[in-house]
Amino acid sequence: MVVRFSGDSGDGMQLTGMQFTDTAAFLGKDLATFPEFPAEIRAPAGTLAGVSGFQVHFGSKDIYTPGDEYDVLVAMNAAALKSDLKNLKKGGIIITNTAGFDAKNLRLAEYPDGVNPLDDTSLDNYIVYKVNVTSLIKDALSNLGLSNKELERSKNMFVLGMLYWIFDQSPEYTIQFIQEKFAKSPVIADANIKALRAGWNYGDTTEIFNTRFKISTSKLPAGTYRNITGNNAAVIALIAAAEKSGSPLFLGSYPITPASDILHELSKYKNMNVRTFQAEDEIAGICAAIGASYGGSLGVTTTSGPGMSLKAEAMGLATMLEIPLVIINIQRGGPSTGLPTKTEQSDLMQAFYGRHGEAPLPIIAAASPADCFEAVYEACRIALEHMTPVILLSDGYIANGSEPWKFPTGDQLQPINVVFTDKPNSEEGIFYPYRRDERFVRPRVKPGTPGLEHRIGGLEKANETGNISYDANNHELMVHLRAAKINAIADHIPLQKLDSGNENAKVLVLSWGSTYGSAKGAMVELLEEGKDVAHIHLRYLNPMPRNLGELLKNHKHVMIPEINDGQLIRIIRDRFLIPAVGLKKIKGLPFTTGEIKTKINELLNS
Amino acid sequence: MIETNSNPVTERLSSKDFAPDQDVKWCPGCGDYSILKQVQTIFPELGFKKEDYVFISGIGCSSRFTYYMDTYGMHSIHGRATAIASGLKASRPELSVWVVTGDGDALSIGGNHFIHLLRKNFDIKILLFNNQIYGLTKGQYSPTSETGIVTKSSPYGSIEEPFNTAELALGAKGSFVARTLDRDPKHMQAVLRQAHVHKGASFVEIYQNCPVFNDGAFFVFSEKETKKEEALYVEHGKPLVYGQNADKGIKLDGFKPSIVDLNDGTSSINDLWIHDEKDKVKAGMLAAFTDLNHNGYHLPRPFGVLYSIDRPTYEVQMANQIEAVLKKKGKTPLNEILSGDKTWEIA
Repeated sequence: MVVRFSGDSGDGMQLTGMQFTDTAAFLGKDLATFPEFPAEIRAPAGTLAGVSGFQVHFGSKDIYTPGDEYDVLVAMNAAALKSDLKNLKKGGIIITNTAGFDAKNLRLAEYPDGVNPLDDTSLDNYIVYKVNVTSLIKDALSNLGLSNKELERSKNMFVLGMLYWIFDQSPEYTIQFIQEKFAKSPVIADANIKALRAGWNYGDTTEIFNTRFKISTSKLPAGTYRNITGNNAAVIALIAAAEKSGSPLFLGSYPITPASDILHELSKYKNMNVRTFQAEDEIAGICAAIGASYGGSLGVTTTSGPGMSLKAEAMGLATMLEIPLVIINIQRGGPSTGLPTKTEQSDLMQAFYGRHGEAPLPIIAAASPADCFEAVYEACRIALEHMTPVILLSDGYIANGSEPWKFPTGDQLQPINVVFTDKPNSEEGIFYPYRRDERFVRPRVKPGTPGLEHRIGGLEKANETGNISYDANNHELMVHLRAAKINAIADHIPLQKLDSGNENAKVLVLSWGSTYGSAKGAMVELLEEGKDVAHIHLRYLNPMPRNLGELLKNHKHVMIPEINDGQLIRIIRDRFLIPAVGLKKIKGLPFTTGEIKTKINELLNS
Repeated sequence: MIETNSNPVTERLSSKDFAPDQDVKWCPGCGDYSILKQVQTIFPELGFKKEDYVFISGIGCSSRFTYYMDTYGMHSIHGRATAIASGLKASRPELSVWVVTGDGDALSIGGNHFIHLLRKNFDIKILLFNNQIYGLTKGQYSPTSETGIVTKSSPYGSIEEPFNTAELALGAKGSFVARTLDRDPKHMQAVLRQAHVHKGASFVEIYQNCPVFNDGAFFVFSEKETKKEEALYVEHGKPLVYGQNADKGIKLDGFKPSIVDLNDGTSSINDLWIHDEKDKVKAGMLAAFTDLNHNGYHLPRPFGVLYSIDRPTYEVQMANQIEAVLKKKGKTPLNEILSGDKTWEIA
């Protein structure tokens, strides 16, 4: 069951959607969400530009995406209806606030003069419920002495109450939330709770709704769950990695959509000895993280595409210094400011090649909101254990989206081994900062360690001693050694496995990053239909698992869906010389499962 | 409160302990040699253990300094030493962190990080070697080059107005602003010591001669024929006196600094401006001497500590905030962070 809440940016649709989600999760439904909002903080009220949506897909079956089409559309005004009607299933339910369809709203939504979709035949294929929420709210809250404006603010709670009634969900979770959120303003809390109950009672008593859904609890694996967004999962992963490695955590960051939530959330954890540094710019963010890492911390920087470009030079330095650093890129539509609030996977080439000189770095991509935890934790492990910057790719879709997470306990997490050298690493008692172990990893020394004073820097360094060297052969050797160190990480990551399907299937879907959910959703349906398909999801993009090439060669067709103009496909063709086929979407939106299914069927029939 | 910079020294160090085995490769006659010498001379007395000093530098001739000090050090990227040092100091307040930079590195490509380090007041020592030219890239004008200077990139003369570095540092809320020069070793040592003692961002501008691309840029302040008339050495609590025979002084005429002759009977030493390094208004006026004149005569260039005031440092406030929140909330067990406060069971 997919519900889309749609209204003005100021209507509180994100909050309403999240409350609905949390309640559904709390009552044991599996779910996936997709918040979608304009870049403008408050676009003019009532306009198409100002429409803010929150989509939640929930139910008793396994759910991998927020859903291609919705069953229920909540439209708080004319612009919301106009903007989001296209993806409502035929025969789907529309719940409208009729007060949002007055002459002014219709004009702002660019309906022709005299046309009101609620009054003509344009919605005949849907079940439309017209509710004057604004006027009902005024009646329900009349004795609280609130202004009209304040009353209006509660209308989202009224709608939420109706939805809870329709889907037979208890409003208790949200009531508790309101009490906590407005603990300091009991009148506002009271108004919101009254509005919520009024909405529920309206559903219960008016008999206007002739449909009521009962959705049983999902069949997720047994365990304890919480709901989590990708960015929050990243925050928890950073704290966990710091704890497990015994490293103080330092985040150097500059605000940028859609990565800022990591900075906000992490800055709350001062009691975990977390240092968050809001830097003067993107460059200072990564440079401060490099400074902290040099001092012995787990240095992290968070950003999105344009910020990645600014950090590129410093990534080169960190590559040359060979120190741990985690660079989290929450990708968005680009280039330039592009589509800051929309999603895209278009920074993969940049992650691979977007630096000066020969500077290979490990790249890991998160697959889903909950997977951001494991992916970020892995990025920290590799950075710390292999003395290298690591790029973690997430994107706006999974960063803001949420899903149930069967969270681990601390002792289930893989240990992270951090060693600081405090003695010379040679028999002659000399310390060689660039003498490597069998994994090509150099020793890490904290400033403040007596007797090991030495200099590191961006100039090419002589093998082992680290002294400045412009020697031709030495430079080639050092370039190879730095690359060998990154390649050797492949020995310390799991081998690639099929996510689902048959080993020698005709069509293999190779997904990376946030396309996981759509690909998985398509696979479930295709396998149920008995189709000869398989699915690999690539978490480790660089270095790739050692057996990936072999697995790819078992299939007639390799299909790579990407939310970009074809990036992984070029790398795969280059590495493995296979005629992989791409599926591209560059609309700032994730794939629907239908889109992926269509492409697979095309290949199956070829 | 968290105390920083309090490591006791257990063994006596000498200046040789700070000289590494690498050759120093600045041009012969470069002012950088003198700066290196003075730093190596005073370091053994500063009271830190050798391993607790860290030098961070950017790019440029000055930034090679890091390789010539046998301490911990990082030669980083152009303009970013200040940003890297900020992260290091924030996470390791107990270290003595020094940034070595130049006029191009700090004021052009690294201008943003420079002003924010001063504003945030990290207890970091910034030595800015100002030679008013780009040396390592072989002679382009810099943001401190004088208007009209002919360089490789300004063959018809620079059309740009230079920064007044002291005004810039004061405007960025620098808590310690000083100026010295390569050819006055004793003065430089004294200023560096004060910079070290200051708890907060210490900005030391060092006029440094580049014999190859901008030779003699500061000779009026350093050579004996002119220095007494052109350089004004300020000291906290002392009157502003200069001149060939200490016969000139600066008097405040309302808000205008004026040059007076101490021998013509009109003014005595008691009428002179007494330097107060805590006075920001007066520090601003001293900084403006570079661009001001009095009755057609330009004012002498001030050297010494122009401004020094105590205010809380970033790293101590950061540590105190962590300590306060920790005290109030206690550490959260990792398992509680993993689970959050809203969970449900699926059987």
